[in-house]
Amino acid sequence: MRVMAQMAMVMNLDKCIGCHTCSVTCKQAWTNRSGVEYVWFNNVETRPGQGYPRRYEDQETWRGGWTLNRRGRLALKAGGRLRKLLTIFSNPKLPSLDDYYQPWTYDYETLTNAPLQEHTPVARPKSLITGEDMKISWSANWDDDLGGMPQYGAQDPILTELAKVSEKVKLEFDKTFMFYLPRICEHCLNPSCAASCPSGAIYKRSEDGIVLVDQDRCRGWRMCVTGCPYKKVYFNHRTGKAEKCTFCFPRIEVGIPTVCSETCVGRLRYIGLVLYDADKVLEAAGTPEDTDLYEAQRRVFLDPNDPAVAAAAERAGIPRDWIEGAQRSPVYALINRFKVALPLHPEYRTLPMVWYIPPLSPVVDVVRDTGHDAEDKGNLFAAIEALRIPVEYLAELFTAGDTAPVDAVLRRLAAMRSYMRDINLGRDADEAIPGGVGMTGEEMYDMYRLLALAKYDERYVIPPAHAEQAHKLEELATECSLDYEGGPGMGGGGPFGESSGGAQPIAVENFHMLKQRQTADQITDPADKSSRVNLLNWDGKGTPPGLFPDRTDAPGPGDANPPADSGAGRTEPKP
Amino acid sequence: MIPHLAAPEAVEPGVWDILLWVALPYVTIAVFVLGHVWRYRYDKFGWTTRSSQLYENRLLRIGSPLFHFGILVVLLGHVGGLLIPESWTDAAGISEHTYHVIAVVLGTIAGFCTLGGLAILIYRRRTVGPVFSATTRNDKMMYVFLTTVIVLGLAATVVANVVDGGYNYRESVSPWFRSVFLLQPDPELMTGVPLLFQLHALSALSLFMIWPFTRLVHMLTAPIGYLTRPYIVYRSRDEQLGTRTPRRGWERAT
Repeated sequence: MRVMAQMAMVMNLDKCIGCHTCSVTCKQAWTNRSGVEYVWFNNVETRPGQGYPRRYEDQETWRGGWTLNRRGRLALKAGGRLRKLLTIFSNPKLPSLDDYYQPWTYDYETLTNAPLQEHTPVARPKSLITGEDMKISWSANWDDDLGGMPQYGAQDPILTELAKVSEKVKLEFDKTFMFYLPRICEHCLNPSCAASCPSGAIYKRSEDGIVLVDQDRCRGWRMCVTGCPYKKVYFNHRTGKAEKCTFCFPRIEVGIPTVCSETCVGRLRYIGLVLYDADKVLEAAGTPEDTDLYEAQRRVFLDPNDPAVAAAAERAGIPRDWIEGAQRSPVYALINRFKVALPLHPEYRTLPMVWYIPPLSPVVDVVRDTGHDAEDKGNLFAAIEALRIPVEYLAELFTAGDTAPVDAVLRRLAAMRSYMRDINLGRDADEAIPGGVGMTGEEMYDMYRLLALAKYDERYVIPPAHAEQAHKLEELATECSLDYEGGPGMGGGGPFGESSGGAQPIAVENFHMLKQRQTADQITDPADKSSRVNLLNWDGKGTPPGLFPDRTDAPGPGDANPPADSGAGRTEPKP
Repeated sequence: MIPHLAAPEAVEPGVWDILLWVALPYVTIAVFVLGHVWRYRYDKFGWTTRSSQLYENRLLRIGSPLFHFGILVVLLGHVGGLLIPESWTDAAGISEHTYHVIAVVLGTIAGFCTLGGLAILIYRRRTVGPVFSATTRNDKMMYVFLTTVIVLGLAATVVANVVDGGYNYRESVSPWFRSVFLLQPDPELMTGVPLLFQLHALSALSLFMIWPFTRLVHMLTAPIGYLTRPYIVYRSRDEQLGTRTPRRGWERAT
């Protein structure tokens, strides 16, 4: 037994309202730079829908993840080492920008400087890639809320898969139900992006299992983009480096949740540690049957309350407070104690570590719409039984098509509703309800507390990197954040293009990015940079050139000094 | 037997010959090596292929492999022609004629593949909007040098074989090349070499001089290690958290 710790996440899809706050805050924190305009470390997909990038789940096209070869051994689906090196000059399976979308901005200047005319001037969309006028025809959430379902609906890879079995699915799906699927990098136990990287730049941190790209070692061979079946490694087209979700490691290291979790309106994300046996990872990933992968992955996890596991963890150098954190972990509880969380696409064999609680709400809605009591367990159980289409769809997402585990999870969630309603209404609790789904009343109450009350400190159990190092960590301002070798870095580009030169501490980089963002008037620099203003970046304080008509009047005689907001330094932010 | 020019007459090397065939090679080696060391220390982040495949794939899919595989064969040819002495191939029973035919045929094919690939890539770079706007001045300069070297090399081969009926560079250029690395540079060997070969060598030296300062550096990190390393890389969190050096006097507790 080789114990390792993994920082993992569970999302409760029942609570997701599809507001995209996680995506937006993540973008603001990590990918609001040029070169990564199209990059969404966190995105929210409406299911059924194509996802982002389009049809990324169709691995017959994209060849992501692992597969079992003819001898039954685990192999990269896009081909092994030699094949990777032979196709390195032109990756045959790289999604093009059209599979994502062309990022754009608007020509706002026309709104202010167009001559007087009969019709109101419009700000035309300009491509951030070519700088030319473009027609917006796709984006990261174009099919949000089933938008364009009649046109694009059939292109959902899972619907395609299900439609092979029954024609009915294809026709009725969008009328049946819809839910949201927020996605980040899965920080897999067996990451195929890392395995695909020719340079060895993608690594899994041995302390917390976060998968990161070493920006100094990445050479832009682009194989990781193909390797990741979730298409969560993106290519920065300006710097020529791969970038991916970092699980907000500078925040996690000081014990605060990721930006996407912190800002989640529905409070549906859970972060915690999971202890696992590293020796069993490959064995589990090589499970012969796709449908057994969910159970196989669950068996890789170790029970942190088992004294033998705790002792082995301590021997493996995992600090005491981390073991305690693992014992209180909401993620472990949802996966192995309550058994309501399921992995996303286990059939990719990467052993993903962001798990999902499938949504019961669509089923409840159907029951309520028919005028029946939507929290009566009999009605709910019957509905789960009757509404086969959602269950089959969820099974394609979470259990490689095996409906039994999804069914069991939905029954547990339904049981929780019925059981807790009795308690909340002051009636006697019916202990037969938890018993019927293999739980005790106490467990059911604990699950209710975690899922429904969802207290902040129970949702996020994140043991920080050690307190004795805390003053050195990036995000704690106990030392001057500019106090590092080389002095206050000035940001900007080196002689070899975008961001060349030595590395800067993340805090300093953020400081300069924030400053640039507040003072610059562009997200990126399009071709006619002198004449366009990006209002999104204008904080209302400076006067970016082109925003206002040129001032022709000279300063009055009383103004010995020109006002601070004129001239070259006028974009300096004022407190 | 292909007739070829006799070994060049030993002309007494002048000042220019010494500058070009003794001083310049050593300057080039110094710039090439130190430049890479400097670039690696200063600009690890900029050490990348800067691939533009995301912008355009139709032309790249043909041009890039054509160019890269072509230039790899050309590289192997140069290793064989410059580093391996004629006496070794003679000892292996390969006659000058056989060697020459193989070298010319293979070299010409590979050379034209390289040139064709490069032409496609340059055409793509100029005509595809996003690719062109991602092209830096540095890239344009590099393309000029690279194209010059390849065109001159191909021209030297073709002209020497088609017009002049063959030239045995293994009796002049190759020994000179080796003499530079043996620290006994012999400029005399280069004085009688045909002009195109001389120009090809000089342009190659200039390409090697700008090499560390262009995107060509990606060649030095060709991922050969991928063939032997384990698939999943585990790395410990850096001992030093952030990029700040920890203060002296504080031991990190574990």
